[in-house]
Amino acid sequence: MSFRYTSRILRAQRVVGFSGQRRVVNAPVWQRCRGVASTANAEKVLFPGALNSEFTDKLDFIQPSQLDAIPTYRVMNQYGEIIDKEIGVETEDEEALQIYKNMVKLSVMDLLMFEAQRQGRLSFYMVSAGEEGISIGSASALHPSDVAFCQYREAGVYLQRGFTLAMFMNQLFANAKDHGLGRNMPVHYGSKELNIHTISSTLATQIPHAAGAAYALKMQNLQNPNQEKRVAVCYFGEGAASEGDFHAALNIAATRQVPCIFICRNNGYAISTPTSDQYRGDGIASRGAGYGIATLRVDGNDIFAVRRATKQARLLALENGGQPVLVEMMAYRVGHHSTSDDSFAYRQRVEVEDWKRRDNPITRLRKWLEGRELWDDAQEKELRSTTRKEVLRAFEEAEKEKKPSIRNAFEGVWEELTEEQKAHVSEMRDVMRRYPKEYDVEGFEGGMKGLDELLEGKKA
Amino acid sequence: MASKTPSIRALSRYLLRPQAPHSHCQHQRKQYSAAAAGARLNGTVEYDTTPILNHTSKSTLANPELPAEIRKGQTKRINLYTAVNEALRHALQTDERVLVFGEDIQFGGVFRCTMNLAADFGTERVFNTPLSEQGLVGFAVGAAAEGMRPVAEIQFADYVFPAFDQIHNEVAKYRYRSGSTGANCGGLVIRMPSGSVGHGALYHTQSPEALFTHTPGLRVVIPRSPIQAKGLLLSAIRCNDPVIFMEPKILYRAAVEQVPVDAFHLPLDKAEVIKPGKHVTIISYGTPLYTCSAAIAAAEKDFGCSVELIDLRTIYPWDRETVLNSVKKTGRAIVVHESMMNAGVGAEVAATIQEKAFLRLEAPVKRVAGWATHTGLMFEQFIIPDVTRVYDAIKQTIGY
Repeated sequence: MSFRYTSRILRAQRVVGFSGQRRVVNAPVWQRCRGVASTANAEKVLFPGALNSEFTDKLDFIQPSQLDAIPTYRVMNQYGEIIDKEIGVETEDEEALQIYKNMVKLSVMDLLMFEAQRQGRLSFYMVSAGEEGISIGSASALHPSDVAFCQYREAGVYLQRGFTLAMFMNQLFANAKDHGLGRNMPVHYGSKELNIHTISSTLATQIPHAAGAAYALKMQNLQNPNQEKRVAVCYFGEGAASEGDFHAALNIAATRQVPCIFICRNNGYAISTPTSDQYRGDGIASRGAGYGIATLRVDGNDIFAVRRATKQARLLALENGGQPVLVEMMAYRVGHHSTSDDSFAYRQRVEVEDWKRRDNPITRLRKWLEGRELWDDAQEKELRSTTRKEVLRAFEEAEKEKKPSIRNAFEGVWEELTEEQKAHVSEMRDVMRRYPKEYDVEGFEGGMKGLDELLEGKKA
Repeated sequence: MASKTPSIRALSRYLLRPQAPHSHCQHQRKQYSAAAAGARLNGTVEYDTTPILNHTSKSTLANPELPAEIRKGQTKRINLYTAVNEALRHALQTDERVLVFGEDIQFGGVFRCTMNLAADFGTERVFNTPLSEQGLVGFAVGAAAEGMRPVAEIQFADYVFPAFDQIHNEVAKYRYRSGSTGANCGGLVIRMPSGSVGHGALYHTQSPEALFTHTPGLRVVIPRSPIQAKGLLLSAIRCNDPVIFMEPKILYRAAVEQVPVDAFHLPLDKAEVIKPGKHVTIISYGTPLYTCSAAIAAAEKDFGCSVELIDLRTIYPWDRETVLNSVKKTGRAIVVHESMMNAGVGAEVAATIQEKAFLRLEAPVKRVAGWATHTGLMFEQFIIPDVTRVYDAIKQTIGY
């Protein structure tokens, strides 16, 4: 078959397309507005897979290595000086102080809890060192009703939204007051009031959840036009972005046009894996365009840049009924991956010390505050000492609390207890009664009564 | 540049799409499931006369599980995919939180289950997703967690595995791990066509229900007929637990019966005794029930025995009481399913019978299931349980 023959057939089809207008009009709604070609003689590519592509007679591979890297947006330099004084920071002094105090509170809590784990009083912990600016800064720029999905290094989001020290400690000790009812590992926080879904350990699974939740919010925004419009926001690390769920989520978020802000914390490491083993493109931000998603890279150590970027991302996400936005926030993971990790096994101690000295979101904001004479050494000392006391008080109180009722081992798997579960609870209770010395139930709220009440159908 | 997989899958979808009923079709089908010359037991399933289906309005409305007002109402003859379509339509009509989505949903679905739904309810509620099972299930979890009631479709149960992490680690655990925050994704239903069709080979034949019955937090449901599909799917959508709803795809077009016109709900925690009997109990679900029914007819005639047939319907959590009551009465049990025997649903049912009805058993519990192999294209007829194997199982069990 010659090319000429093929092109003649193509032309004939176009004529049919023209005379067949009526059919298009009568097509069901979802089939309309899907025209492929504009005019019969357009020198445009007609392939439905890339409608805006032009033909070229140059054979040029796109070489990512020859492209400029996406720039990193910042408002303030590492000395705490505002770069564009005309635009300024649009953050009130009071707000900046409050954000600063929260960042300090988070870092003090991290230091103490890391130590508590080392002493064996907690089973596990993960610090946010170096990334306090991303979580606290972005959370401060969102609306409290926006729905958040976190990975695990975003305690700052909880703190900024109003999660109290007592709530943190109750979760870490998995005691009777823990929102997770003692079921999850430490740092897997969740809160209904603060609109933050409970963290799961599985990486990246929350990214498509955020897309789906954003779709639900989009429908609810449409149904309740008088209420404050809401977005979903999803946090994940650059390592998690290698999971299939990241790809799936950004793609479906783009095709369904959901109001979702995807915030990637690019801190240079996924446990021991440096980014050079994680990807070869220009970070995570360069992927956004491939999905048709508006994207920005931000200096995560610059609280004002994080805040402005998040505010703008939120506005953008709500434009035109909704659209996803990707923001890559750059940082350096100053702490170990977790308490189960010694990061000096795979990176130089001097590299970490360098980062601690060179730049960090807390000291940068402190320099700015000091520049405006809003902060001084005395205040710093006072803040650190009172925060330390607050954390320790909450820690000791949470440690004293009883463990949750044993009924929580079984409840909540399904909406109601199943017949099979009832049989299992009763069998377990029987074994525990016959071997009382083998089980320590005293520390659990209600002891064996928890199981009795569960079987009797009494509400907790 | 494009990988091979999408085109192969697109082709297979085309091939498995139910064809319009023309004479050609009958001829085609025989190529795959032709009975051996001289076969008495392994014939084609007689869907027109099988007692599994309700061929008259009267027999449909006699079902005591149906609410009184439904039993006074009208019925019409529809097939299984239409029953699914009607259930989805009713759900979309009565609850604005319901969303229906998946791959190729918008034009009606490769099995016609979502026909006309996008046109009638809009593409905001009935829509195509990108070709990514983990993505669309994860999307459904998020939507459900924010109060929607998504009905997600996996095009074939064989392709649910990319979403396995989402289903096992997220869908099933969401309520439990959320604790007192109350968050859950209980509004979620994941529909998927499953089971053999005669020529589905390795990736259009699987019945992976046993993998989901090993996951606390899920409900696994498999209907056997249009009435069951409509009533159980509506219950699944209304249920506040996540439901895996597996539709035997060979029945989409083949199983036709009189179905109540109005919407109705069937229980998600009850097995159903389809046919009472005295000497042996057969427990099965989905397509093999038709095989069992044919085998029972032959065995009862040949051996003068009486066989009780139970449809589990809800594979997990399952109705132990109905099964145990039956086996305590008959003293013998056979479990029949398409998927492989080892660690299949039959293993759980047989173990439970052994544990709870030990003193009443007069024969070992027999499992008739897929053999320990994959379903190679030309060998399906030897691998999937057929009438002969069930017939022989009855013979061995009553003669033990």
